[in-house]
Amino acid sequence: MQTNIIIAGVGGQGILTIASIIDLAAMQQGLQVKQAEVHGMSQRGGAVESHLRISDSVIYSDLIPKGKANLILAIEPMESLRYLPFLASDGMVVTATEPFKNINNYPEEQAIKDEIAKTGKHIFVDAENLAREAGNLKAFNTVMLGAAANYIGISKDALEKAIESYFSAKGEAVVQLNIKAFRLGAAAI
Amino acid sequence: MDTQLLLGAEAIALAAIDAGISGVYAYPGTPSTEITEYIQQSPIARQKGVHSTWATNEKTAYEAALGMSYAGKRSLVCMKHVGLNVAADAFLNSAITGVNGGMVVVVADDPSMHSSQNEQDTRVYGKFAFLPVIEPSNQQETYDAIRYAFDLSEQQNLPVLFRVTTRLSHSRAVVKQQPPREENILNPSKEKRKWILLPANARNNYQQLLEKQTTLASLSEQSFLNKTIAGNGTKAIIAFGIAYNYVMEVKQAENLDIPVLKISQYPLPDKLIKEFTDKYDDILIAEEGYPAYEEYLKGYFGNKKFRGRLDGALPRTGELSPDVVAKAMGVESDTFRTIPSIVAGRPPMLCQGCSHRDVFDALNAIFAEYPEQHVFSDIGCYTLGALPPFNAINTCVDMGASVTMAKGAADAGLHPAVAVIGDSTFTHSGITGLLDAVNDKSAITLIISDNSTTAMTGGQDSAGTGKLAEICKGIGVEESHIRTFVPLKKNHDENVIILKEELEYKGVSVIIAQRECVQTASRKKRQENKK
Repeated sequence: MQTNIIIAGVGGQGILTIASIIDLAAMQQGLQVKQAEVHGMSQRGGAVESHLRISDSVIYSDLIPKGKANLILAIEPMESLRYLPFLASDGMVVTATEPFKNINNYPEEQAIKDEIAKTGKHIFVDAENLAREAGNLKAFNTVMLGAAANYIGISKDALEKAIESYFSAKGEAVVQLNIKAFRLGAAAI
Repeated sequence: MDTQLLLGAEAIALAAIDAGISGVYAYPGTPSTEITEYIQQSPIARQKGVHSTWATNEKTAYEAALGMSYAGKRSLVCMKHVGLNVAADAFLNSAITGVNGGMVVVVADDPSMHSSQNEQDTRVYGKFAFLPVIEPSNQQETYDAIRYAFDLSEQQNLPVLFRVTTRLSHSRAVVKQQPPREENILNPSKEKRKWILLPANARNNYQQLLEKQTTLASLSEQSFLNKTIAGNGTKAIIAFGIAYNYVMEVKQAENLDIPVLKISQYPLPDKLIKEFTDKYDDILIAEEGYPAYEEYLKGYFGNKKFRGRLDGALPRTGELSPDVVAKAMGVESDTFRTIPSIVAGRPPMLCQGCSHRDVFDALNAIFAEYPEQHVFSDIGCYTLGALPPFNAINTCVDMGASVTMAKGAADAGLHPAVAVIGDSTFTHSGITGLLDAVNDKSAITLIISDNSTTAMTGGQDSAGTGKLAEICKGIGVEESHIRTFVPLKKNHDENVIILKEELEYKGVSVIIAQRECVQTASRKKRQENKK
């Protein structure tokens, strides 16, 4: 068993938080993990991605080979398209619908949706509303994690446990908020 | 022992703590910053009193680490590849002095220049200095190799150079810890001949260093870091450092029965390589960075057996990936999806509310009045002033070059000659350049865009916080031409006037544009709210 995931978005959107939760869940399941992330200059409002690989056997490369990603989990719609060369022929795209427009040549939103639709298996998630429903816009990324949970190769229970351990230092309220966001995301698809 | 998920950088840090270091010395630089940060945040390191405050630059960091080693304790010094240029004087000479307590020099290279100005290969510096170099391939090996490197350093009385690249430093994997080792006792070196590099001593030491090369090579022959992976056929691969992972990825995915020689310790294990090379007709050299060992193995005269970055089997520049390695291994790639043409670039940018924005707005406003509009910039967040909407800078070369390039341009007659530098970069490498300008009475205006942190790398302490005006005064800038303003929209007009006055002054003037980084300010606020 091997799952390759690209988590995509813009610096500051909480991509590394999602990656850390999945890492934690995988490790708690006794699986191998490799997760390459972006630090430094690109984090300042630039495009950011994390290559995340989970397996029950040895993983060599920190980077996913092209055409081998089972899932692109995008926190921003245009960013889901930037990594299409990595997507497997039967791979899944799960993306938030809300654009992050910090550039003046941001493409037309419908054109982005059309391109995503062309990939075949794809899910749009209205993450902003669900995060609001969960109680805090900051839970946007946990909503997205919930929406993608079926394609990660780790049970939802295990992911929820990882959410608990990841947020436990911030108190029970934050844990519950994120569990709620995760469940809303999972129920939305 | 514990297993934990660690970045390669964190594996280095944990291993160094477990190897019994008494201090880490570093100036932040991507992709090396997280090593020191991990040690600073480690409760065990804190409890042991491991020294871990940031140094002013890589040279001061290097020399302090050497001093700790002189005193008999184990020390770690970390930097990014271009940082080794700053520390190069100390680095090369430390190969001649040797060390006392174990000293490991970690340098994180950035092929593909994700966050850098060049992609120089630190292994070349290792050869240059005649020092042993270790280049691990994965996070667990990184942990184990750091422990080994400290022992090797103490046994051979030499600093050990430890090279990683971005992908290893910034990727997480599960790492198993080994039992920690105690710190060394204080045991200052008493061998004066060894440490005083007067020519007579240095010649002697240099001879000894050269004589040691045979021993160092034989250690590589036996090292657990170098090994052969069996296979069949006439084709083979020699994979260095992280390239081993990409090679093995392709070998596994494509079920290739191809022999691989993995090398992670230098000087090269000649016997091992010769034995391997003799058996095969066609050998791919996979290494990240320069074709440093491909050149060496080819003997510069084109031994046709070897293929790699020199003959185009692998790309000459950029980091490796499973895809480029697969192509070099002759495994045809499938057809992939392409990036739709509507996808726009999303370059990094200055944060909303960042003080550098107001500095560039004021500068652009005043420049409208001048025919010559040149800004010599430096390296930090404000380098992003190169991008729209500011398009405000003309140069970015190396740490500190803003000051000295402005000076040279002013000496050539350029007016106004304006330099923009951050507070951390100013103390790193700008102070000495400013002293040159003062001594020469060069007509430059230096803007220190002071956000009181090392922002680009994530907000580390900055050496000059609260001292910048005093420093400038102390090296001779006239007090009346050390001006301070707060870069905020509401102060724009007032700030433009100050800039105008100092641009018109035909001597050295310094403007300190002082406002805290928005990132560190909001982080502080969050921490206070928590309390």
